[in-house]
Amino acid sequence: MVILSILILNKAGGLIYQRDFNEGLKKLSSNDYLVLAGTFHGVHAITSRISPVPGSGGLEVLESDQFRMQCFQTLTGTKFLVFAEPHQPNIDVVCRRVYELYADYVMKNPFYQIEMPIRCESFDRHLMAYIKPKQ
Amino acid sequence: MSNLHNPASPFVPFSPNPAIQSGVASPTTPLSISQKTPQLGSSNLRYASSRKSIYDRHLNRTQRSELSKASFAFLFGEMIQYAQKQVSGIQDLEKKLNIQGYSIGQRLLELLLHREGRSAKRETRVLGILQFVAQTVYRHLFGKPADGLEKSRDNEDEYMLIDNDPAVNSYISVPREMSQLNCAAFVAGIIEAVLDGSLFPSRVTAHSVPTEQYPMKTVFLIKFDESVLERESVMPNN
Repeated sequence: MVILSILILNKAGGLIYQRDFNEGLKKLSSNDYLVLAGTFHGVHAITSRISPVPGSGGLEVLESDQFRMQCFQTLTGTKFLVFAEPHQPNIDVVCRRVYELYADYVMKNPFYQIEMPIRCESFDRHLMAYIKPKQ
Repeated sequence: MSNLHNPASPFVPFSPNPAIQSGVASPTTPLSISQKTPQLGSSNLRYASSRKSIYDRHLNRTQRSELSKASFAFLFGEMIQYAQKQVSGIQDLEKKLNIQGYSIGQRLLELLLHREGRSAKRETRVLGILQFVAQTVYRHLFGKPADGLEKSRDNEDEYMLIDNDPAVNSYISVPREMSQLNCAAFVAGIIEAVLDGSLFPSRVTAHSVPTEQYPMKTVFLIKFDESVLERESVMPNN
């Protein structure tokens, strides 16, 4: 399984975490990452409104020739975006596991301010330990 | 005064409602609610469903019971945030955490010695009390013995208790600008109190010594008081 990148968005659509796991990715400027996050937040909100099915939760998967993007939105509105290689199964499992790590190592950290960018060493470490062996 | 001891109206003297205080309470509905609500609330907080308070239980009953690590993590997080609001520097914060742990250690020592029953003894040697901390105290607190106990090569009065992954720190990432801080100062306080209570006055501090294998590795530096070494030197060697 190849995970390319993981993004975490807070409930206002601000980017609070971004990490690449693969060398081949094109680097964006930090401002572009923020724009990307904000744009996705808006698109997600629109998709949940214009869905023909009532009670839709919004965009979940985006597939292209180069990548597959899975979005997992928690009940509190935090979004986890996982970019992986196309036709990759079971990405939702990865999303849930990342959410678990986030709940443990970010939310239980007394030095983390809620809704602010995540700078937690142990979160980085455990995320790496989870993603790396899969590569 | 007789009113105070009357079991039928235990809340009368403390009621904020003047009507009750004057003792002319009429049996209208709002009054009876204001009388009953605090009673229900306090009973839920202080008493188990068996209607017995924690003090009525046998001391050994909760010996093997386990606590949720997550709930401890949230409580400890709040303790750190509370301490952080009151202090200006990192040293102050560690001191505050140390004090919070100290008051636990004082009580813990009594409890552990009580539970050891007949085999309990008063440690008189430095090595004995350090073993007690590394084994008995650590096992009670974290369910495992400490990972190491070393004597300082440079200083006669310093010992090091090593924990490769302190349970209190497992969810905590200290920000870079506070890299000096180690929240295991709380555990250091517990150890300090146990040593002090056993008449081995000392200073215990927690230091982060990250290694490749154990990024959270913490060393508790135990610096004994002069009087302890003096006493140790006149004790017979056996």
